[in-house]
Amino acid sequence: MVELLVDLTLFFMLVTTAIAITYSRHLFGVVMMAGVFSLLSAMLLVSLDAVDVAFTEAAVGAGISSVLMLSTLTLTARIEKPSTRSPLIPLLVVTATGAAIIYGTLDMPSFGDPNSPAQLGAAAQYLANSPADMHIPNVVTVVLASYRGFDTLGEAAVVFTAGVGVLLLLSGLRRRRRRGDTDEKETS
Amino acid sequence: MFVVAVIALFIAMVLVLIRLYWGPTLYDRVLAVNSFGTQTVLFIGVIGFLAGRPDFLDIALLYALINFVGTIVILKYFRYRAIGDVHQTPTEEETGK
Repeated sequence: MVELLVDLTLFFMLVTTAIAITYSRHLFGVVMMAGVFSLLSAMLLVSLDAVDVAFTEAAVGAGISSVLMLSTLTLTARIEKPSTRSPLIPLLVVTATGAAIIYGTLDMPSFGDPNSPAQLGAAAQYLANSPADMHIPNVVTVVLASYRGFDTLGEAAVVFTAGVGVLLLLSGLRRRRRRGDTDEKETS
Repeated sequence: MFVVAVIALFIAMVLVLIRLYWGPTLYDRVLAVNSFGTQTVLFIGVIGFLAGRPDFLDIALLYALINFVGTIVILKYFRYRAIGDVHQTPTEEETGK
């Protein structure tokens, strides 16, 4: 009962933060609120016992994303331009997508159900065999780094490529703009 | 007792969120984010004791580290208007233009 109330309060704060993000035109404040949004979802994940996912969410959402968005803010304007289009069609699309996702969760097993397919299938086998197979005590590490090693390698390649792309984009833009500034000064 | 602590923490979070949403200056918002990170650390500690499994206290310490680094980055943005290598290119006063 108490945990349900905790989750509901956290969800309430999450939704108000999202609404505040959509209403705010000041991009610096939006970056700050996005950091708080990520901290709130990390708290929700901790409350749902997914501590490792929560820590990834906090490190990526509140740490790296804030840094990337702030360094993007140094290249662009700090006030968002008001949109001229009507928000009706995006609102409809988002509502339809959300309704489809909620419909998809309807026949999912309930939280912590011991008879859910995830508990009955391969999980029991991993729990039973992984210490003897791999000699690593942590089952999550075994699954991520050994059984699904190639998958994790692919993920690491994707994240590395994305990081290199963002860094090249940010540094290239800044250099070009600085060169443009000196050109203007020399001509004037 | 931990239920009372959680309720007090939520009230503090709502107060900080109000300052985050309607904060008149940017510094109010930076301070709000920093306080909210501290409250995240406290929440993870309290929720561990509330659920009877205080194993997550060391994870709360990691959140404190993230919060510290994030605040440093934001303040560096305020000071230098850049986050990466701020000393690589000399400013106009240094080159004497």
